[in-house]
Amino acid sequence: MNGNYEVNIGLEIHAQLTTQSKCFSSASTEFGKGHNNHVTLVCAGLPGTLPVLNDEAVNVAIKTAKALNCEIQEDSLFSRKQYFYPDMPKGYQITQYDRPIAKGGFVDFYLEGEKVRVPLERAHMEEDAGKSTHFGEYSLINLNRAGTPLLEIVSKPEITSASMAAAYARTVRQILRYAEVCDGNLEEGSLRCDCNVSVRPKGDETLGTKVELKNINSFRFIEKAIEYEIQRQIQCKETGEKIVQETRLYDSVKNKTFSMRKKEEANDYRYFPEPDLMALRLDESRIENLTKSLPEGPTEKMERFQKEFGLNLDESILLTSEKEMAEIFEDVNTKVSDPKLVSNWMASELLRLFNEGDIENWKDMPVERGDFADLLSMIQSKELSGKMAKEVLEEMWNSGKKPKEIVADRGLSLISDESEIEAQIDTIIGQNKEKVEEYKSGKEKLFGFFVGQVMKATKGQASPQVVNKILKDKLK
Amino acid sequence: MIDLSVEQIKEGVEKKEFSAEEVCKTFLDHCQKENPKTNALVRINEQSIQRARRIDEGKLTKGSLLGVPVIVKDNFCIKGLETTACSKILRNFVSPYTAFCIDRLEQEGAIIVAQSNMDEFAMGSSNENSAYGLCKNPIDHTRVPGGSSGGSAAAVAQKMAPLAIGSDTGGSIRQPASFCGVTGIKPTYGAISRFGMIAFASSLDQAGTMARTVKEASIGLQAMIGKDPQDATNVSFSFETPDFQSNKKYRVGIIKEYFDSGLQKETSDQLNQLIKKIEEKGWEVVEVKIPHTEYAIPVYYLVAASEASSNLSRYDGVRYGLRDIQREDGQNVNELSEFYKLTRTRGFGEEVKRRILLGTFSLSAGYYDQYYIKACQVRRLIAQDFQEAFKKCDHIIGPVTTHTAFKINEKCKDPIEMYKNDLLTVPSSLAGLPCMSLPLGHDDSNLPIGLQIISPAFEDSKMIEFAASVEKLLEDQ
Repeated sequence: MNGNYEVNIGLEIHAQLTTQSKCFSSASTEFGKGHNNHVTLVCAGLPGTLPVLNDEAVNVAIKTAKALNCEIQEDSLFSRKQYFYPDMPKGYQITQYDRPIAKGGFVDFYLEGEKVRVPLERAHMEEDAGKSTHFGEYSLINLNRAGTPLLEIVSKPEITSASMAAAYARTVRQILRYAEVCDGNLEEGSLRCDCNVSVRPKGDETLGTKVELKNINSFRFIEKAIEYEIQRQIQCKETGEKIVQETRLYDSVKNKTFSMRKKEEANDYRYFPEPDLMALRLDESRIENLTKSLPEGPTEKMERFQKEFGLNLDESILLTSEKEMAEIFEDVNTKVSDPKLVSNWMASELLRLFNEGDIENWKDMPVERGDFADLLSMIQSKELSGKMAKEVLEEMWNSGKKPKEIVADRGLSLISDESEIEAQIDTIIGQNKEKVEEYKSGKEKLFGFFVGQVMKATKGQASPQVVNKILKDKLK
Repeated sequence: MIDLSVEQIKEGVEKKEFSAEEVCKTFLDHCQKENPKTNALVRINEQSIQRARRIDEGKLTKGSLLGVPVIVKDNFCIKGLETTACSKILRNFVSPYTAFCIDRLEQEGAIIVAQSNMDEFAMGSSNENSAYGLCKNPIDHTRVPGGSSGGSAAAVAQKMAPLAIGSDTGGSIRQPASFCGVTGIKPTYGAISRFGMIAFASSLDQAGTMARTVKEASIGLQAMIGKDPQDATNVSFSFETPDFQSNKKYRVGIIKEYFDSGLQKETSDQLNQLIKKIEEKGWEVVEVKIPHTEYAIPVYYLVAASEASSNLSRYDGVRYGLRDIQREDGQNVNELSEFYKLTRTRGFGEEVKRRILLGTFSLSAGYYDQYYIKACQVRRLIAQDFQEAFKKCDHIIGPVTTHTAFKINEKCKDPIEMYKNDLLTVPSSLAGLPCMSLPLGHDDSNLPIGLQIISPAFEDSKMIEFAASVEKLLEDQ
């Protein structure tokens, strides 16, 4: 049944831009401070107050749009989007309508091993609203967020599956975090995602009726909500029920979408050019300088990791999933010069500790990068076995101690001095002449017995590789 | 003392010939005495005496307006004072800050003695749309003082202060100045910061001054001009102090369409006499055309109402001003939209509601292109007309209104008739040009007739120089 339909999904992602002050006033944008503490006369929409565009917000918007490969428009315009709501003090939101700051652009990412591209329609600047909290008979308004600069990133409706939509949204978040223009926190609302979903019979030239899914606060739910919505719409088509243009919300407990308002109930926003602001004119050198200041993006980094370090796709995707993780990799590898070793240790042990621990960001990792590099060097020089290193790393993570310190405290250290191991082996062979004969006459199982004896004699600190090598020589 | 000019008061205070307190007291008393005749003022600021005392104590010793009493239209926010734009919806709103331009006046030593009556949110041409009741024309109490800065014009005519501040969106300084026989200047759009001036139509609103003479109005204007980073539409430009003794020769433009607009006989007679004098003086008189004049009224009312419908959205009863939650049946509202409706229905007056509806309609989906966008296009054509005209002349002179002050209630029933009163003042507003009104003479009923001067953008200072020359020419009559 699904095979007969084509799915078109377009995402509108609202990203709060990280600036010191608000988009049109000098109030701070700090999150989570006391209610209504970051509110100026302008934010509160007092009579006679006027907006003034924050240059920093424009700069961050340009950087963001550039990171998404958009074309920055030299001329753009702010408009008023009008509707009444208590947490929107002016009775209108200043936004960009018919002349956005950025057009076009695209986002590349890998989906099930294949590189895919989502083309963008546009990206435009706007101000955030405040926050209302409802308490039955009354509501409280916090205007701290009112006026925070946002960039709305609008994709073309060319996303074709729920998983692609979620992967696209994750990639946008990753790109924004790489560029340090948005902290990308869905739960705190610094990144918000509206999804427009439509289905049409295969071969139809026009898009199906679109339904907007709003206020979904995790990538997992984005995927589930869209998936549900696709099936619901296909079901409608199959049964001949009309799909109406509407806004729907997602109930994550029931895993269902439900109607919030129909198109006829939607506001006429009566957009018109904001007369309190001049048109925004950007000169080329400003755009150029900001573009230059952009760090390497995640996809470029990931592709470089494959080329430069010979890592495979999965490894490089994992290592570049967070900018700080990629930085740890590169830092540590500079000292260790064994990308595969660093990658393996990061992908397994380090990631396990990270996931099990209570930190949320790699930059808060309790293990110093230099110490981690030292640990890996000890594996390289055969001072530690893999098993020992795991133990050491765990303690490093928990205590923040240096690996050498832990090794000394625990009396761990792999004997890799061949002559010392050889002397031990000679003694053991001398003491077990009968077994040597049995081994030589074909009872190869006894090899394990000899290894065990050496390990016992060295208290487990002999390098297994060295033991194997010397034993094989001696027992020939 | 009430006859003293701005300069005379400033010099007297500076030289300690009299104290600022004395001046302030005199004008406050005069305000108290005169106001009941016209209702030009909505609030008399008795506390201003303390500011005057500070000047006398030497806290402020210099300033172009040192100790000069000033009356401010009720749409400029002043810290600690109620500021309502004469609307019920802002009743009891005490501003926590002072408008940039008013702050500039105070820095120059001005004493704000009172706040003046106006049409609610500056919407009107007669000062009949005020929550504080109408204001009467001081020359004939059966007539209107004009609007929307009717209170400021009347107050100057009644000598309640030598200087008053008004705002002009489509003629709100020039028309009442003309009706009350005083001088009023509206500078180039962008010359004076709008920060703190309660918005009516953002792309048109400009603060300006009213006084008995060109020079006094100019001194006030110069104090208010200055770059303000809080207003993105405020332009930084140098306003040179005008030469009030200038003997320059001018090419004076006469707009044909303005003279063909059905002028009252006395108005056209006196304008023609002035033109004759100008020619005799050896200045050149040229006829210029503003062909799109006939569209100015609809264009203005679409643009201004559209912007107003948006600017007035903030008066929702949530954060300040009127907040009505009790229905007529005594029950409280239980829905957000009902709360908005109740507050805004009771808070706004009829004319304001009419314009909000008109503006909301013209910005609505399906009508936006044919009304708002079209109006903006024609607005640009009008601006181009003026640019063409100024290729042929330095300044334009003409009437301010077709007729002198009309009777109270005469045009209230017919908004279109009322709007048509702005025919000759809105074209230059739409073009953002500096323009002013000065007393030309009187009609047969002794009502003042005003002369309008329109000049190229940012030539405010030159306009004032020219106006001073014309003023002298008229005095010599």
